[in-house]
Amino acid sequence: MSESNSYYVPHASSWPFLATVSVVVLFIGAANYMNGYASGSTVMLMGLAFLLIVSYGWFSAVIQESEAGIYNAQVDISFRWGMVWFIFSEVMFFAAFFGALYYARELSLPWLGGEGSKVSTNLFLWPQFESVWPSNGPTNANGEFTLVKAGGIPAINTMLLLTSGLTVTWAHHGLKEQNRKKLIYGLATTVLLGFIFVGFQAYEYMHAYSDLNLKMTSGIYGSTFYMLTGFHGFHVTLGAIMLSVILFRCMKGHFAGDNHFGFEAVAWYWHFVDVVWLGLFIFVYWL
Amino acid sequence: MSTDIEKLHDDHDHGPSSGIMRWITTTNHKDIGTMYLWFSLIMFFIGGLMALVIRAELFQPGLQLVVPGFFNQMTTMHALVMIFGAVMPAFVGLANWQLPIMIGAPDMALPRLNNWSFWILPFAFTMMLSTLFMESGGPAAGWTLYPPLSLQGGDSFPFTILAIHMLGVSSILGAINVIATILNMRAPGMTLMKMPIFVWTWLITAFLLIASMPVLAGAVTMLLTDKFFGTMFFTASGGGDPVMFQHIFWFFGHPEVYILILPAFGIVSTIIPAFSRKRLFGYDSMVYATASIALLSFIVWAHHMFTVGMPLAGEIFFMFTTMLIAIPTGVKVFNWVATMWRGSMTFETPMLFAIAFIVLFTIGGFSGLMLAMVPADFQYHDTYFVVAHFHYVLVPGAVFAIMAAVYYWLPKWTGKMYNEGLGKLHFWLTTIFVNLTFFPMHFVGLAGMPRRIPDYAVQFADFNAIASVGAFGFGLSQLLFVYILFNTLKKDVTAEDKVWEGAEGLEWTLSSPPPYHSFEKAPTVD
Repeated sequence: MSESNSYYVPHASSWPFLATVSVVVLFIGAANYMNGYASGSTVMLMGLAFLLIVSYGWFSAVIQESEAGIYNAQVDISFRWGMVWFIFSEVMFFAAFFGALYYARELSLPWLGGEGSKVSTNLFLWPQFESVWPSNGPTNANGEFTLVKAGGIPAINTMLLLTSGLTVTWAHHGLKEQNRKKLIYGLATTVLLGFIFVGFQAYEYMHAYSDLNLKMTSGIYGSTFYMLTGFHGFHVTLGAIMLSVILFRCMKGHFAGDNHFGFEAVAWYWHFVDVVWLGLFIFVYWL
Repeated sequence: MSTDIEKLHDDHDHGPSSGIMRWITTTNHKDIGTMYLWFSLIMFFIGGLMALVIRAELFQPGLQLVVPGFFNQMTTMHALVMIFGAVMPAFVGLANWQLPIMIGAPDMALPRLNNWSFWILPFAFTMMLSTLFMESGGPAAGWTLYPPLSLQGGDSFPFTILAIHMLGVSSILGAINVIATILNMRAPGMTLMKMPIFVWTWLITAFLLIASMPVLAGAVTMLLTDKFFGTMFFTASGGGDPVMFQHIFWFFGHPEVYILILPAFGIVSTIIPAFSRKRLFGYDSMVYATASIALLSFIVWAHHMFTVGMPLAGEIFFMFTTMLIAIPTGVKVFNWVATMWRGSMTFETPMLFAIAFIVLFTIGGFSGLMLAMVPADFQYHDTYFVVAHFHYVLVPGAVFAIMAAVYYWLPKWTGKMYNEGLGKLHFWLTTIFVNLTFFPMHFVGLAGMPRRIPDYAVQFADFNAIASVGAFGFGLSQLLFVYILFNTLKKDVTAEDKVWEGAEGLEWTLSSPPPYHSFEKAPTVD
């Protein structure tokens, strides 16, 4: 709570409203695109461009205010709580997909195979179906497929992300010790590792599509595989972009040893994508 | 950082700018709270009109006014509008207005985020409601969007899903803001267990929102990819399961039910002591009961789907956890009654709504207990009994609490007193008509009338006719509410700072209406 008796209240801003407008344009375009209208993709890209511009503007404004030193200690704590709960909401978003994986694998597939009291389900629907994970279901949706081996790229990617968790901590120590060189090298390595991860992931997708016949349409296995790894990859990309922004700010001399919430928020986010990856590696690739 | 607020303030003014830009760019909790409340009122009438279409069609058996497809669009949209457009924004509006002035803060913790979470709403609802004008009509599979039916909709489908995504973002941002405000902006000396009970209920509600809305986002994303990108989450032939959607949906859906009622508990727990001129009985137990209800809400979801063919162990588990919720809820009802016991009570409009809340919400609670029992639910499932149950907890529950809150704090917000006689008239009309609308639904439901169907067997005709009359009466009575609001706004008599004799809390130490930046210096709480 505030030891001083004053508060900081930010002035009015058009950025939130503009952000809403850009999201609406993006979504209307996306909906029309999905419905198969020709104009959809153009509108969608316009919305996306608009959203990027607004994000740039809004974050720039906040960074300028922060550098001008007008955020007090209480604002800093509000930002921290905001980031913590935002990450928690992201955890719950992934929980929905992990839940779907668990349910399909442990409950609905065995039931289709006639487990427990569901003998008649199997007999009446697909009597020849045996439930074995991985599965693309009783109708062999999209044909036979091969798995991505956990020991290949996924294991390398695990090492990359775990290492990047270390380098970002190393950079954080550099920031706290006011050792700019350590900070920038640590952060640059983290960004690099992040983008290498994304590159490997993209390569793995291409490999899965062209050589393994593992596609989004490969029944429940393909659905859960691409939904979980896809959203994770998207979050890694976002995280790497955020880290790049922080790197750029560090090179411009932003942040103090005792006051650098922006850095910490992004580092927390990075650790969060790291932890989600461990869940993916264990439950999607390995087991 | 002990610079004065003037120096920190970029534009150095303490009042709002003028014109439409004030509302578009505002970061002020009162401006945003006001916009939330007006938005909620507008949506209440839009959703209400849809309900009247439903009731007009059901006035008599047979098909009279609308085609079944449109009837289904009305039931679907009525629910989406009322839940996400009327009740939730009303509670967020109340939180915006009240939290800072109840905890001694100048504003919410993250004011620009606050602006964003409001402005998403009108756009998302414009997008969602626009689907009604599309050639293939609006969503018609029910607000629960169960596949495979929901995947068979027309062009409205992606618009509805993306609108739900936006509503989710709005709710999550709003909830993050509420939590940051409560945890970080309290006046010195206000420990957690000294917070007003409304603040407590909102803290717990915000947690529920952040934990459950992303799960809804996940569920509807899977619907979207199933429809457009060939995934098979909810298709048995690919190894998925349509029932899986129901599990994920209700994992969100049940906490959502408590999101719609916990702030109402907070409001009633504030108003009952004020007009009983006693302190709230069992403050600590109220806090613990609220937290217990919230935690239990995560392990009861499958009671919405007892008839779907779950294993027996599942049915029994979800039946007992559901019944367990009656215990903390019972603690609350007991505490409200015990607060009134031997109080020197008066019955102004807010108190009338609060007392009616206790009685009528409890009726909804009891029918909920009946529905919790698996064998009984096999009979009640998807009948009008369910409709009666959740309308009892949502209309004389949540909506009555919102009305009570508006009457209670309106003099504080506007500095003007509403007309007490008209307020009481509004209360009695509303209470009579709400029971006339929803009580007969218990009977037709127990007798087997299914929900979400535009026609019914003739033996249900009389009770349906009564319910339809009640619904139109209820709708018209709300026009009186609008009249009372405008009538209050144009008055020139000013309300006192401490409007109610028995009211307690920091908000009553401020002027009516409060200054633009509520508390510029933190008050001390002992």
